[in-house]
Amino acid sequence: MDIFLQQVVSGIATGGIYASLALALVMIYQATDVVNFAQGEMAMFSTYLAWSMLNAGVPYWVTFFATVALAFLLGLVIERLVIRPVESAPILSIVIVTLGLLVIHNSIAGWIWSYIQKPFPSPFPSRPVHMGPIIVGAHDIGEISVTLIVLLLLFAFFRYTPVGLAMRAAAHNPVSSRLSGIRVSRMLMLGWGLAAAFGAVAGMMVAPIVTLEPNMMGGIQIYAFAAATLGGFTSPGGAVLGGIIVGVAENLVGTYVRFIGTELKLTVALAIIIIVLLVRPRGLFGRAVVRRV
Amino acid sequence: MSAILEVENLQAWYGRTQALHGVSFSMEPRGITTILGANGAGKTTTLRAISAMIRTAGTIRFDGARIDRKATEDIVALGVAHVPQGRGTFMELTVEENLRVGAWARRDRSGVAEDFDRVYRLFPVLLQRRRQLAGTLSGGEQQMLAVGRGLMLRPRLLLLDEPSLGLAPLVVQEIFAILRRINQESGVTILLVEQNARLALALADRAFLIETGRVVMSGASAELTSDDAIRRAYLGY
Repeated sequence: MDIFLQQVVSGIATGGIYASLALALVMIYQATDVVNFAQGEMAMFSTYLAWSMLNAGVPYWVTFFATVALAFLLGLVIERLVIRPVESAPILSIVIVTLGLLVIHNSIAGWIWSYIQKPFPSPFPSRPVHMGPIIVGAHDIGEISVTLIVLLLLFAFFRYTPVGLAMRAAAHNPVSSRLSGIRVSRMLMLGWGLAAAFGAVAGMMVAPIVTLEPNMMGGIQIYAFAAATLGGFTSPGGAVLGGIIVGVAENLVGTYVRFIGTELKLTVALAIIIIVLLVRPRGLFGRAVVRRV
Repeated sequence: MSAILEVENLQAWYGRTQALHGVSFSMEPRGITTILGANGAGKTTTLRAISAMIRTAGTIRFDGARIDRKATEDIVALGVAHVPQGRGTFMELTVEENLRVGAWARRDRSGVAEDFDRVYRLFPVLLQRRRQLAGTLSGGEQQMLAVGRGLMLRPRLLLLDEPSLGLAPLVVQEIFAILRRINQESGVTILLVEQNARLALALADRAFLIETGRVVMSGASAELTSDDAIRRAYLGY
């Protein structure tokens, strides 16, 4: 029983990581109607920027917020230079461009910082927290709290601010938005910036656990896709819950289903994606999107 | 009285295809003008050209100032609301959010609050459904929402593209009655494109007829209504 509880709790902790990246995916989908396959690699790249700052002796929280700001700018620049030219191209072209961005970020990071793993510090204490028979790392608790704060900010931003509303409008109906005076391309740019900023937060929370290297987001991104698919790409809250469900499921299956073990864990994420798409394509909390083609 | 909208030798293109070949007309403030014409004559294109949604040549003056080189968003900010064909509803936003999007170009908060009240007074059904997703509304309700969204700009010129499209006759009558009320109460100038020529001529005080991208006739609605050629071709009796 204790093993079970322990696995559930550490599943929630890993789920928090998936959730934080899934939030960035949902953010960009809400704001631009595009699924960004480079989200994880952009987060990894930002985390390297943070690592360089920390190495230069900048204090952690200064680095944290500076990285978020830099990632935001990076997101704006990428949208302007790479996405804008294909903005009106078919969705498949845009998806391919984001796949290209994935490879480019990965290679440039490897070229600048090499592929050798680097330790990345956590802002939270390293001692574990005992809760009855269960042990939880302080970083896990901190990281989940950060994810929940980001979720809250995201929700409030889209729901209560005029700019958030304009971003949703621009994503869903660009023509009508322009006729209402909304500068659609500016909103798309802002969406990329914000998603990159949230991704940077995810990267800095992930790096202490998996250690920093150019491929650190590879597996996590697949889990994040599973999380966003499960929760629904239109629902930030769903994406977080989806992340936690995926994390727990992955842990329990890895522990109790002998032949899966740690090697086949990633398959669980892919199985979740396929099952959700077959059974309930809009996810648990997403809205069905009907398009006239 | 000086014209609020003056269009001179307006040409417009979809890609390489020229759709307007020198359209000229002008509108007095507070009036309702309708553009008549067959399918494909260039009625919708004229509205899209005014809003800079397509490539154009020629001059367009709004309130005396050139707008033909401006971007759509800037033209909207001057007070030109365009309710597009097919209503342009934001299906995944609530009714209230749709209206708030309509007020995006404005910065006067108290005025926006007043206009919410005004739109809800004109269309009580929108007040009832204000928390519902706009995609769940009926066609007529969505058209009301589209007009309401346009009004939230507190426009000086309202461009309406086929407000009767796909709606039941009773609903159309209701909407046209409200359009008249809007024009009388707030003095907004209306440029109306409408398939249903009889309805349009009854509402408008001036009209012009477009054929293959050119204005072929214009005048007071009453004159056009009594014109034999118009009657046979567009009114059908």
